[in-house]
Amino acid sequence: MSAAAHAEHDHAHGHAHHDEGFIQKYLWSTDHKMIAMQYLFTGIAMALVGGFTVYAFRMQLAFPGMPVPGYGRVTATDYNALVTTHGSVMVFWVAMPVLIAALGNYLIPLMIGCDDMVFPRLNRLSYQLFLLSAIVLMASFYVPGGAFGGAWTSYPPLSAKAEYNLTGLGSSMWLFAVALEFAAFLLGGINFITTVMNSRAPGMKMFDVPIVVWMIIIASILFMASVGPLIAGAVMLMFDQQLGTGFFDPAKGGDPVLWQHLFWFFGHPEVYVVLLPAMGIVAEIITVFSRKKLFAYKTVLYTAIGTGVLSFFVWAHHQFIAGIDPRMANVFSVTTLLISIPVAEMVFVYIGTLYGGSIRLTTPMLWALAFIAEFLLGGVTGIFLGASGADIYFHDTYFVIAHFHYTFFPIAFIGSFAAITYWFPKMFGRMMSETWGKVHFWGTIIPFNLIFIPLFLLGARGDHRRIYDYRHFPDLMKAGMQDLRILATLALLVLLAFQVVFLVNLFHSIFRGEKAAANPWNANTLEWQAPSPPPHGNFPQGLPNVYRGPYEYSHPDRAEDYWPQTEPEAAKS
Amino acid sequence: MIRPIATTREMTGMPTGRLAVWWLIASEIVIFGGVLGSYLMHRIGHKEWAAASEHTNTWAGAFNTLVLLTSSLSAVLAHNAALRKDGKRAAKLLWATIGGGGIFLVVKSIEWTTEIQHGYTITANNFWSFYYTAAGLHGLHVIAGMIVMMFVAADAAKGKELQRVENAGLYWHFVDLVWIFLFPLLYIAK
Ligand code: HEM
Ligand SMILES: [Cu+2]
Repeated sequence: MSAAAHAEHDHAHGHAHHDEGFIQKYLWSTDHKMIAMQYLFTGIAMALVGGFTVYAFRMQLAFPGMPVPGYGRVTATDYNALVTTHGSVMVFWVAMPVLIAALGNYLIPLMIGCDDMVFPRLNRLSYQLFLLSAIVLMASFYVPGGAFGGAWTSYPPLSAKAEYNLTGLGSSMWLFAVALEFAAFLLGGINFITTVMNSRAPGMKMFDVPIVVWMIIIASILFMASVGPLIAGAVMLMFDQQLGTGFFDPAKGGDPVLWQHLFWFFGHPEVYVVLLPAMGIVAEIITVFSRKKLFAYKTVLYTAIGTGVLSFFVWAHHQFIAGIDPRMANVFSVTTLLISIPVAEMVFVYIGTLYGGSIRLTTPMLWALAFIAEFLLGGVTGIFLGASGADIYFHDTYFVIAHFHYTFFPIAFIGSFAAITYWFPKMFGRMMSETWGKVHFWGTIIPFNLIFIPLFLLGARGDHRRIYDYRHFPDLMKAGMQDLRILATLALLVLLAFQVVFLVNLFHSIFRGEKAAANPWNANTLEWQAPSPPPHGNFPQGLPNVYRGPYEYSHPDRAEDYWPQTEPEAAKS
Repeated sequence: MIRPIATTREMTGMPTGRLAVWWLIASEIVIFGGVLGSYLMHRIGHKEWAAASEHTNTWAGAFNTLVLLTSSLSAVLAHNAALRKDGKRAAKLLWATIGGGGIFLVVKSIEWTTEIQHGYTITANNFWSFYYTAAGLHGLHVIAGMIVMMFVAADAAKGKELQRVENAGLYWHFVDLVWIFLFPLLYIAK
């Protein structure tokens, strides 16, 4: 050990023991792990909001006009607010906080072998801004006019004028909440990026960084590079709403399509912002549970970067029928088809990793495999939509809804369940129940497909997505279409019911689960070298040094089938 | 809070604070990029905005450009002083920069007051909407920069956290640079 490493070592002991009060420990902590938990549990709470809203509006679609148990009658205004809140919450207050903020905060310092983020107080501030944004969003249900109902994409003129949307205050609160959330994630992203750039363990070179960390970093950079114009757009839309400017108002010389450009210039990269961390989680899990080295580490990395860059050139595929120049539509069709290549490549690389491995079907592994299979369907249907000719028909039908749920659901839920079940022993020092984990898995995956396959079929038959009561549209009530809607809603009820299994398993295991060892899966990455759960400061035995890449499984020269990154070469067994 | 070891590492060779300021600037560039990009797209489609921009006060804008450039110069000198470990002098120079920001804001408010009195409010037409939005957003950054520099100057005067003088200066140069784009685009372009 060098002198510097010694100094670090001595310092590490300084952390170990001091008692804090409840507030200091759980609410005002600067410890990255506690902040991760704050994000995780806020995300889970918001998922309940997202789940409840979808329950209410899907019941209205299947059984129009009937009072919904636990909600009451869903009016047209309610319907709009419920759909809007569902979409916004699931993307901005579930996928982002759980996949990026919770996992990023929890994993980055542990996986790169240091004791915290480089800006712990900024980290705490990020979470507080995020929490405030969630509170503002929820509060908007209780203001006169109620919550915003102009869809998660918030297109003007509907979103800009209170005469149209009837939720003058609610619309602005929605906008403010989203902008606050962006600010929180910008600060968080700067923290992640600088931490990984500057504070890796001695010896950890670029290609020794686990893929999930890379993915979170690339996602943070993508987010940072794409969200700016939308923040500017949010200010402009806010002025349109509250001051009466006409940025997006054609009557005043403005342009409503400008908002669509600003939104989707962010919106498309955003889907990769959430995709990449999920891909990273899957990489960690499939290597551990097939006991194989990740196939083509560098390819995965370069592919992710390539996807990120390309994702800035596809946004107008959301606007094929918004009156954009058809020549531009061709260009965006081509870029959209191009971007499916790197995405497909990543899937192939993962299949290559599984090939010939000794596969262990634990709960996290099941989730990881399901992610690959289900996401594939989402990605493939994206190609249909990217062909501008086909999209003129598909746009704004349930085909689009099914497409993006086959991408977002695997990302936000399958990916998160994979991550939670995999890192649970580290996070809480106990094991989750495998049996109940598998019950929950099948109880989620089967109904998920039963919800969205019917929606594909409906969409292919021209079922328009923004309708509150199909009884007013006889064309869309023909030959079994309503039956498909009812099937989707019933499957949703089953899916929601099975989430109770997850919550019970989660909380039961936190308090009563079997005690976990430091490295229950025999994994290589650094977090498994810390105790479970890691104390404040993470590595009580001193911060680790790194000697090799993260995926040295089943190395031919070794008796054990894993080779921790921290084990010096000399200590060969 | 005990300082984590993470904060003391420097794998890239660049101190973490400065690295973070660069990323902060990167994220701000895209925000202003969004405003200016939207403005330019509109501006190209609306030749008549040239007539509206005639009513901006080019002399006040030019004076403010000069003020900001000078304030950036004193930020550089403050950095030099900090490198020599002369905290007292660095603090004084930072206060000069803050003063520059103050003059900028005073001139700006006089400008806006007269314009509003002549009926050129934010809702007068879309040129003015962009004018106030872009310059207002920039103004907020000027204020933020001034507040940050006050804290940095207070520390520097006691000889503490001298590396922050450079970071604050970097940010200030960026704020300055944004104005260099705004001034011709809003005041001069015909
Ligand atoms: C990373 C996974 C993906 C996610 C999370 C995702 C998400 C979404 C979302 C949220 C929408 C609809 C937004 C709305 O109208 O409300 C959408 C539409 C679309 N997606 Fe994807 N997508 C993904 C992958 C892809 C891929 C790989 C392609 C093409 C190769 C693609 C092509 C499209 C197209 C063309 C549309 C526009 C359809 C329309 O509105 O008519 N997507 N996607
Ligand atoms: Cu897209």
